[in-house]
Amino acid sequence: MTQDENKEGIGGMINPRRYGIERVAYWLMRLSGLGLLAYFIAHIYETSNILRGQVGWDELMEMTSTTEGHIILTLVIGMCVFHTVNGVRVMLGHGGVGVGKPSRPDYPYDPASQNYRHKIGIYSAIVLAAVAMMYGMAVMFGE
Amino acid sequence: MAQVSSIAEEQTSTPLSSSKSITLRISRYNPKHDDSSIFTEFSVPYEKWTTVLDVILEVKKHFDHSVAVRYSCRQASCGSCGMMINGKPKLACFTKITELNSNVITVEPMSNFPIIRDLAVKFERMFESHHKIKPYLIRDDSEIESDEKEFLQSPKEVEQYIQFANCIKCGLCNSACPTMATDSSFVGPQALAQAYRYVADSRDKGKDTRLKIIDESHGIWRCHFAGSCSQVCPKGVDPAMGIQLLRGYLLGFRS
Amino acid sequence: MRESTIMKIHYGTAIAAVALVAVHVLMRLTQGFAESLEFENVLANYKFVPYAIMLELILVLLSIHGFNGLRVILLELKQGKTYEKAVSYGCLAAMIGLIAYGSRTIIVTNMGMV
Repeated sequence: MTQDENKEGIGGMINPRRYGIERVAYWLMRLSGLGLLAYFIAHIYETSNILRGQVGWDELMEMTSTTEGHIILTLVIGMCVFHTVNGVRVMLGHGGVGVGKPSRPDYPYDPASQNYRHKIGIYSAIVLAAVAMMYGMAVMFGE
Repeated sequence: MAQVSSIAEEQTSTPLSSSKSITLRISRYNPKHDDSSIFTEFSVPYEKWTTVLDVILEVKKHFDHSVAVRYSCRQASCGSCGMMINGKPKLACFTKITELNSNVITVEPMSNFPIIRDLAVKFERMFESHHKIKPYLIRDDSEIESDEKEFLQSPKEVEQYIQFANCIKCGLCNSACPTMATDSSFVGPQALAQAYRYVADSRDKGKDTRLKIIDESHGIWRCHFAGSCSQVCPKGVDPAMGIQLLRGYLLGFRS
Repeated sequence: MRESTIMKIHYGTAIAAVALVAVHVLMRLTQGFAESLEFENVLANYKFVPYAIMLELILVLLSIHGFNGLRVILLELKQGKTYEKAVSYGCLAAMIGLIAYGSRTIIVTNMGMV
């Protein structure tokens, strides 16, 4: 970004502070989306090992059924749940659902679109992701 | 003999005699001869009613006349004095020193706007985006030609768009927007909110025209409902609401 | 293609994929996680035609959703006619490539050529 345009750049885009939980949700959505895409590509590649028969599949299991593999999968579970739940919230918001109704603004000019419904949606997504991660860890490390 | 008029001696206003003072850090940058911005610091007294604009003008008056700042109404009506105050876009005249809860106040030019000098920024791009969405009533007839005296609206119809008409074009929303931080081609929350202002106006017949304009790769679809625009708007316009309601038309949630 | 059409596809693929991925994940949990990942069980999954069709659908839906999301992020980072064309066609190519690669695995395994 040139100084001439004075754009905040990627630093501004990824800075989740200053603007409330909705900005944090935007940032987490981007992060989880990119993480899930990377995992998806890796998953398609690693599952193609089945074409090498039992040997190839066992090699894959050796590589992924490790502590590190389980931790990565736990993170993927968390990203997946957050991205899904928050994605549904964002999709509804994009359609104008739950963003409030236009009215004459009055001091202190609290924005109606940044309301408790969407905040609850965001916190629910985070909590559900945490719960799913804990459940996933219980399943993977419990065996 | 010609009378030589001397410059009238400046009558200083009642000096701030408060024992409280803050450190004001002002970003100084002249694109014509500076490579990057630097901060100059000033210790300025303040009272409980002192705004950021007051202290900047105090600095201009007593310390450094050359600080470039744009301001006008001093009452959050004109939208001239938008700047980054402690990292967040705010109107300087509408932000009291006491509400910042800090002994150090850092003021910088609004991000995502090219800098003219110091705290003054260029608004051309924002005005171009605003102009692009046709910010005027579009209809075949006019109040001059039609039989009716004027186009009537019920209070309920006015309620649908009046909050978006409160926009003072201060640019704080564009400064806060995460998409505008990297995307030079994005129309911006200000223009999109104004597009909704006219679409929601019962007198307007240009909904399809405007929807076509914003339905592009750097139009409404690059808004991701981060809501930062609404967080910083000083007039309660809530651009995020307007944008999502506008998008509802494109997605079929509204007709 | 109009941007609104692309975004409707983006939302549609997301909703459809959620349901199918939930089934895919539940298959691992109902059978016992480690047991479900044994070679014979995975092979049986691939050979079961409805499950193979479901995997194919997940592959297509998530490839479209994921690479369109990447395209949006990349378009916001930098602008310019050449760059934008390169990003759009690059993501399309990557999408098709991934679908082709994944489909090969599903089809070959389903046909028993493992």
